[in-house]
Amino acid sequence: MTSLQVNLPRDTARPVSVVPSPPRPTSPATRFDPSAPYPFTAIVGQDDMKLAFLIAAIDPSVGGVLVFGDRGTGKSTAVRALARLLPQLRVVEGCAYNCDPGAPGGMCEACRKTIPGEALKTALRPAPVVDLPLGATEDRVVGALDLERALTRGEKSFEPGLLARANRGFLYIDEANLLEDHLVDLLLDVAASGENVVERDGLSVRHPARFVLIGSGNPEEGELRPQLLDRFGLSVDVKTPTDIATRVEVVRRRDAFEREPARFQRAWAPEEQKLRRRIAAARRRIGEIEAPDAVMEKAAQLCVALGSDGLRGELTLLRAARALAAFESRTSVDDAGLRRVAPFALGHRLRRNPLDEAGSAVRVARAIEETFGA
Amino acid sequence: MTVGASALMDDAWGRLAFAAALFAVDPLQSGVSLRAAPGPARDAWLALLRDYLPIAAPVTRAPVNIADDRLLGGLDIAATLRAGRPIAETGLLARSHGGVLVLAMAERQSARTAAHIAVALDRGGIALAREGLAARQDARIGVVALDEGQGDDERPPAALLDRLAIHLDLAGARPWAGVPGLIAPSEVAAARALLAKVATPPEAIATLVSVAARFGVDSLRAPLLALRVARAACALRAASIVEEIDLEIAARFVLAPRATCLPAPPQDNASEDNASQDNDKPDNDKPDSDKPEKDARSGSAADTPQNDNHGRNRQTPEDIVVAAACAALPADILARLAGGDVRSGSSPRSGQSGATRVSSRRGRPLGARRGALREGRLSLIDTLRAAAPWQTLRRLERLGAERQALHVHPDDFRITRFRERRETVAIFVVDASGSSAMRRLAEVKGAIEMMLADCYVRRDSVALVIFRGERAEILLPPTRALARARRLLAATPGGGGTPLAHGLDMAATLAESVRRKGMTPLVALLTDGKANIDRTGAPGRARALVDALQAAQRLRLSGCAAIAIDTSPAASGADAPTLKIAEAMKARYLRLPFVDAARLSEAVRAAATAP
Repeated sequence: MTSLQVNLPRDTARPVSVVPSPPRPTSPATRFDPSAPYPFTAIVGQDDMKLAFLIAAIDPSVGGVLVFGDRGTGKSTAVRALARLLPQLRVVEGCAYNCDPGAPGGMCEACRKTIPGEALKTALRPAPVVDLPLGATEDRVVGALDLERALTRGEKSFEPGLLARANRGFLYIDEANLLEDHLVDLLLDVAASGENVVERDGLSVRHPARFVLIGSGNPEEGELRPQLLDRFGLSVDVKTPTDIATRVEVVRRRDAFEREPARFQRAWAPEEQKLRRRIAAARRRIGEIEAPDAVMEKAAQLCVALGSDGLRGELTLLRAARALAAFESRTSVDDAGLRRVAPFALGHRLRRNPLDEAGSAVRVARAIEETFGA
Repeated sequence: MTVGASALMDDAWGRLAFAAALFAVDPLQSGVSLRAAPGPARDAWLALLRDYLPIAAPVTRAPVNIADDRLLGGLDIAATLRAGRPIAETGLLARSHGGVLVLAMAERQSARTAAHIAVALDRGGIALAREGLAARQDARIGVVALDEGQGDDERPPAALLDRLAIHLDLAGARPWAGVPGLIAPSEVAAARALLAKVATPPEAIATLVSVAARFGVDSLRAPLLALRVARAACALRAASIVEEIDLEIAARFVLAPRATCLPAPPQDNASEDNASQDNDKPDNDKPDSDKPEKDARSGSAADTPQNDNHGRNRQTPEDIVVAAACAALPADILARLAGGDVRSGSSPRSGQSGATRVSSRRGRPLGARRGALREGRLSLIDTLRAAAPWQTLRRLERLGAERQALHVHPDDFRITRFRERRETVAIFVVDASGSSAMRRLAEVKGAIEMMLADCYVRRDSVALVIFRGERAEILLPPTRALARARRLLAATPGGGGTPLAHGLDMAATLAESVRRKGMTPLVALLTDGKANIDRTGAPGRARALVDALQAAQRLRLSGCAAIAIDTSPAASGADAPTLKIAEAMKARYLRLPFVDAARLSEAVRAAATAP
């Protein structure tokens, strides 16, 4: 390094291909086991949060869930548990982006290229629920030059990041309010467009990144930027249960789980299986759910009454209500369904007076009452 | 052993030593918050803990402001350059696996650091996704948070405290001189071995949860941690079933320090409480997907223990545990709780500083660009990336010269650039004097609320300076808690003289301190300009106005943007005192009756964005 040379003109470098390098295996010796989460069905109470997650699992197009609330209410637990309930995905084998062999339009470049020739090998993979660790750097999120291959072999290759892994699944940000602003912007942008465009390190890559963004946070640790709020489809406030019996049950189950996780999971396996089937059935049915004109009108009225901006609120409201109908084995959306999902589809979209501590819940409740009658 | 434990509990150091033993029995994914000034007492406690922990367990120490890459791990720069391929470096959390992490100056740790540690405590491991590395690592750790905070404001981040079982305060502990009946390390080891066999009767859980509720402890982690401590206490007794005495100990160490209210005196009310709260639950008519839960809830959980106890004696175990825990509360906390002046669990203060810190100091990285080393901070990763594609070529070129793993040229150097978001702090200087208050204070408050709403949108912080009577005071130091500002303002009574000069002086001082912290101050003065108290606090209209003009000039010299809003009712044209003051401080001048929301917010925005 002492004798520094003039660098060579860039065009003497040989052309390099941009290929995804295979995901790096982690050594089994240093692995904690995230695959044994607390069962979703064993979560006591928190019905709103659970329902919001189920709706997102049934119809990912509702556009993400934001869970804000007290500490120790099982926000993270619920997300991690959700992973076990999602139906498995059929993917192109070896694809770093979980490409869907049935939908050539949304494939990554590598998969699209192989399609004319031979039939793609497919595999079943659990739907990804990717945890975005706090402190993740941008290069790991969007993907970047594979340093190892670049250094050892002089190859320019793209190492997919967390967004690639989350394709067709869920991306979970705990403490979303502590994440650096530019990362949040980036995530919301990708979540909205369904595509991750990487222009860095001399790489130019685009790949599908359709995922459901789940953010959680504790308002005490700093507020979420108001601009971000309505980028989430649904938003739920969670509170610590106050009645003793519920609290006892929470502690009892949690304790039982911590002492003997395997046994606890076995005990809840039938419930989990039942819910898994219900989600899968709801997913199949959702296309057939009808939304009668009268109900659509009510939804519009509700949005007007609340003065929620744009059509996003209405759209989310209907989608969520449809997912709920599918989950409850009904054939069409009804008023009761709208009422149930309206608080989390609309609550965070109101033009809010930041100083009004009464909160939006009251206003939504009032508007619901006016629209549907008490 | 039972005798030993209760003897220990009678002595201050005995209790501290006992707490160390309890933690050492079951340290992983739990912790201790140790509030103490640095000194021999704290060192003695830590040494005691070290003796109690297994010899093989690592005890590591995290300094304040530990960087993310040190805590989580990252690229080992030296090794990477030597080897010519990325070498990961294990972070402190993973290195503490199976042992205890001692967190220095926990009260000053950022919310981010706390969140990282909280993840490790919750999940027993960390997921790494930094600097081209992706890994999962085991990090089952216990945490000892050394809290050197002084007042109530200085506390470790709430997210962390919530996950630490035992909260201790060493204040007033005499120097360590041994304790009679001290638990031996071998006893702790034996208890650790016994722990898995300790059985918990179901009513023990109900008791702990009820006790937690009676102390006003919201978080559900508290009773869970208390349960673990109760088991540890039981194992220390070399017993195999958790009994009342264990619950008492758990309540003393885990629940009592978290108390936000004093338990009501014992009465036969528990069942009534339950009933009323159940009725309050709004979602009784929801589609019922969790039937079995309900049954379990109403069936076993609440009723059994109470029914048992009514038959046996009048005092429920819950009352006994509560009484024991109350005995553990230091006198000052008791007084505070009784007075209702409580550091509530949901105060927004605790986390606020962390959130601001993130945005003010770090800035938004603008990416890296080519540059010389002295121009800024080298972005190592980007430099390596720039150099990487050329390695094969450069190696070929330098064949025969000395072996070098990595060929980095000066034009590979990449410098990180940051754009720092200059955060604005709007300092409201509000005239709450009699002359102002009588007529207009409500209107002024309305105007401030409009501006506060504007600040919210821009994510500005606000501060409130109020002047009335003889002097000014900082009602609210810079904060993002706008709702709190509004509350304080609404609760402020008006009356007294108009110490305008003092108010402006205080605003200037505050503005300077804001600027020192790297933020941009903006002063919004709301007054009728009828100054009648001078700087010394003496009445006198003429002197007061001169002083006020001087103070205004000082503000101008400090170069901070300002707007002055005249709240006087009379149209006094060019010689309105507020106008003069506005000119002296080079502030934009607005008259309240003629200002509507749009103009007001436009004025604030213009002032805030002025260079």
